[in-house]
Amino acid sequence: MSLFGFAFKPRRAKTAQTAKDRLQLLLAHERASGAPDIEFLPQLQADLLAVIRKYVKVDDDDVEVKMQREDDVSSLEINVEMPARAKDDAKADAGTDSAKKA
Amino acid sequence: MTTQIKEEAPLGKIIVITSGKGGVGKTTSAAAISAGLAKLGHKTVVIDFDVGLRNLDMIMGCERRVVFDFINVIQGDAKLKQALIKDKRLDTLSILPTSQTRDKDALTQEGVEAVLNELKQEFDYIICDSPAGIERGAQLAMYFADEAVVVTNPEVSSVRDSDRVLGLLASKTRRAESGAAEPVKAQVLLTRHDQGRIDRGEMMTVEDVLEILAVPLLGIIPESQAVLRASNVGTPVILDDPSNASRAYADAVARLTGEDVEMRVGDEPKPGLFQRLFGRSA
Repeated sequence: MSLFGFAFKPRRAKTAQTAKDRLQLLLAHERASGAPDIEFLPQLQADLLAVIRKYVKVDDDDVEVKMQREDDVSSLEINVEMPARAKDDAKADAGTDSAKKA
Repeated sequence: MTTQIKEEAPLGKIIVITSGKGGVGKTTSAAAISAGLAKLGHKTVVIDFDVGLRNLDMIMGCERRVVFDFINVIQGDAKLKQALIKDKRLDTLSILPTSQTRDKDALTQEGVEAVLNELKQEFDYIICDSPAGIERGAQLAMYFADEAVVVTNPEVSSVRDSDRVLGLLASKTRRAESGAAEPVKAQVLLTRHDQGRIDRGEMMTVEDVLEILAVPLLGIIPESQAVLRASNVGTPVILDDPSNASRAYADAVARLTGEDVEMRVGDEPKPGLFQRLFGRSA
């Protein structure tokens, strides 16, 4: 069967293996924690936002928290976008400061 | 068909047919397994837990005989004996249909327990046909189970949901909560198996699925035209003999009763060479 199959059928990726690999990876994570490992992400994002705001002016959606699952490791990616306008504000502040000094 | 006079007390074993995902063949399997057990002479009742979406009655072909239902019994509006429908083909088989009420709280744990206890006095096997999902109905269907048949298709979403359900069986059942010596005995029933697609690398193999779920295999039900044919006429597919699905269910039922039956893949006859070469896209 496989000989004929090889000869006459169009080559197509063996998708069954992909299905199995995806499931094994996903279920390993889901079983370990029943999926609640990502439930804290929204809270983490809110807390980070609060901390960063102490120092920098950022919008609600400037802080992004992502969980990435790989074969062996999970990585938590935290992205803080510093708006260009923060720099401008700082410059403006510095400007007024120096103006006052002068 | 078979009448066996039993002197000993009934076995009273509760088996839930569950899956998480819908459309994988729970009701088909519940109907086939219960009819199969009854055919072997075991007194069997099959209960529809899918409140609101009554369907077991159609698959069993008794939809026009439903008067009282499971919810009526739980709420005390009818006696259990009034609600049980005796199968016309097998005198050892009874059906307890569900209600079409939309009230989700119609099922109560105490009510279900009382009905199951009463059924245990009379029946060897009590088959609980679970609704899809993992909500109340599904949880109650599995809660009092001694054994579970997890119906799974060799397909990613079905396998994932089965894994989830296996987790619930191990934690959210009476056996789990009471720390019973024996946990719920769960087995996988693989349905819609297609050897041709496996050979082409398009479908996960039985071994793949078992490796992922890590529970014993109850049986392999091939993708079969007999299933639709049987549901069209309201006959449990196991009685549609001879068909590949019927044989596969009969094997699974035998294993359920403790018999050691060799696992076989009874797929539909493979297409001929001509069809394989030119008919694949069809």
